[in-house]
Amino acid sequence: MGQHRGVSTRILTVEDDERIRTAVRLALEEEGWDVEETASGEEALEAFTRQPADVVLIDIMLPGIDGFEVCRNIRRLGDVPIVMVTARSDSHDVVAGLEAGADDYLRKPFDPKELSARIRALLRRARTDDGPPTRIQLGQLEVRPEEGVVRHAGDDVHLTRTEFRLLVELATADGRVLSREDLLEKVWGYDYFGDGRLVDVHVRRLRTKIEPDPANPRYVITVRGMGYKLQA
Amino acid sequence: MTGRAVADDANRLGLGGRIAMLFAVGGLLVSSLLATSTLVLTRRQLVESREGAAAAMAVGNATRLSNQLTPDSTIEDLPTIVDSLTRLEGGQRIIRLGDDWLPAPELDRDDLPLDLLKRLEQRAAGQVLAPVRGEPHFVVGIPLTAFDADYYAVVDLVEVSDTLDDLRIILLGAGAATTVLAALLGLWASTRMLRPLRRIRGAAEAIAGGRLDTRLGPQADPDLDRLSDSFNEMARALENRIHRDARFASDVSHELRSPLTTLMAGVGVLDARRDELSERSRTALDLLVQDLKRFNRLVNELLEISGYDAGVAALDLTEVDVVRFLQATVAADPALVLTIPPTTRSLVIDADKRRLARVMANLLDNARRYGGGATAVILEHDETIRIAVEDEGPGVPETERHEIFDRFARGSTGGRRGDDGGTGLGLSLVAEDLRLHRGRVWAEDRSDGRDGARFVLELPLNLTLGNPEVEW
Repeated sequence: MGQHRGVSTRILTVEDDERIRTAVRLALEEEGWDVEETASGEEALEAFTRQPADVVLIDIMLPGIDGFEVCRNIRRLGDVPIVMVTARSDSHDVVAGLEAGADDYLRKPFDPKELSARIRALLRRARTDDGPPTRIQLGQLEVRPEEGVVRHAGDDVHLTRTEFRLLVELATADGRVLSREDLLEKVWGYDYFGDGRLVDVHVRRLRTKIEPDPANPRYVITVRGMGYKLQA
Repeated sequence: MTGRAVADDANRLGLGGRIAMLFAVGGLLVSSLLATSTLVLTRRQLVESREGAAAAMAVGNATRLSNQLTPDSTIEDLPTIVDSLTRLEGGQRIIRLGDDWLPAPELDRDDLPLDLLKRLEQRAAGQVLAPVRGEPHFVVGIPLTAFDADYYAVVDLVEVSDTLDDLRIILLGAGAATTVLAALLGLWASTRMLRPLRRIRGAAEAIAGGRLDTRLGPQADPDLDRLSDSFNEMARALENRIHRDARFASDVSHELRSPLTTLMAGVGVLDARRDELSERSRTALDLLVQDLKRFNRLVNELLEISGYDAGVAALDLTEVDVVRFLQATVAADPALVLTIPPTTRSLVIDADKRRLARVMANLLDNARRYGGGATAVILEHDETIRIAVEDEGPGVPETERHEIFDRFARGSTGGRRGDDGGTGLGLSLVAEDLRLHRGRVWAEDRSDGRDGARFVLELPLNLTLGNPEVEW
């Protein structure tokens, strides 16, 4: 998965406004990251195909193919963390962006420090702190946190980095219910006031990949008024 | 709002109420008419039959009396003769023989109607309906032509009036029942009649509640169909206009947010390299950073407000545990004391967490700005949830407690603008956000009687918006 050790982190940005593009590049370079700028969706897809990045930052409002489409295409090419940038205040963009495969989102205008914090959170590896068990078996679902492997009935399940971390958090909770806020903090590094829809959309995406019947989940259970839990 | 109200103030009662009332009055009139005529007819019938019976008996008795009397009979002989006469329930008799009178047990000559006495002096029989001792009686007088004697029969009408009393009660009851039934019928009819109007009202409420695409279907009644058409026309115009406003707000949003993004990223780079700057440049940069924050906030708040105005502000509902929410809210400020009912462990509601967080931030900000900082956050809940934010400042004067929630309103203590960094929109946003949550906010005195302001947020325990679009 992703980050090449010793090599600096590469960030691909897609933004049609030249001034924003430049200012954001300067801000990200302050963090010591390599930034590749693109001005359109087509350019971004071409750049990503040529050389995959560690993180992709996509503005939704783009000429030509829009940010959602870019997001879907990049998602097809890999499990790279994607941050969506939206200028609109209505929530449709946010949800549509997450549905298209984004891992997190920011609203314009954003504090560059916040952007860096978001990218750092997405680049963190799955729970290296308190040594999770090497193998968790739940029914036909097998999770190997260290190796980044998930199998259902013996078949490999391909998860994005964020989906995988979400699953590992739920799997290592030993059947306890985790609130949206718990998950926001553990997976995305948000405080209590993060957007719970991040969790909801990712849970939904996770279900389509690991549940035999996503409409009637058997593993990832919603506990009304509390949050989510993983059930053996 | 300066719209013209098309309403008739005189008609306080609703249309449905008025129709029901009309039916009730009609029912009352018809039943009174029926009752009165029934009473009159029955009374006539009863009195006549009583009169017939009394007259027949009187004639029979007079004849029998006449047959048994002899020219030598005296008043002393009469009681034995009288005993043999037919008796009628409620009837009494008075007999004159010469100058002597045989009174009835309870009546005597003086109780007899004068005109009847006069008539019998003319030796003519007569019968009158007259009050005797205050009660209606039927009095028959028959002269015994063979002697100097008269026979009077006095029959009371107590039985008749008892029957009539019973009948009156029955008719009154029936009349009342008819009136109530008529009112109910009127209510039912008006409900049926007003059903199309109710549908229109429902549609209007749906539109007011944000479902702008609500339209009425075709109506069977041509008049209502025209009304439905004009309503739909109005709704369409309204929807177009609101969408145009919303598009404008959205366009403005994009236009303002892009340069702000550049500014913030650029200033962020400068700030990260502030060590390389001279003293003067650093001071200038600090000014930029501060006012950029304020500008950003102002733009965000203006955009929020234009969202409310365009009717496009919608709640992103998620489950929010109010207890944890408040704990997280006060966590940043050690001076804040949070009070939660001792038995309340968690209190989960459906709410827009982002908006609630902004509401609390604005109230705390307001307390910091005008009340020396909030000191207490208090949660209470029963059928509603109330969150109070208290400070120990000068409080909000009673005259300003409404207008502080207006846009760009600043209380008398807040005339200075310069360094406070406020936008003047905070409390109006609080009010709008509470309104979206079907709640409200108000300012009052502290409940413990000490100086300071107390802002109370009231939220419903179960938020039912009736708008599927916002329930994400």
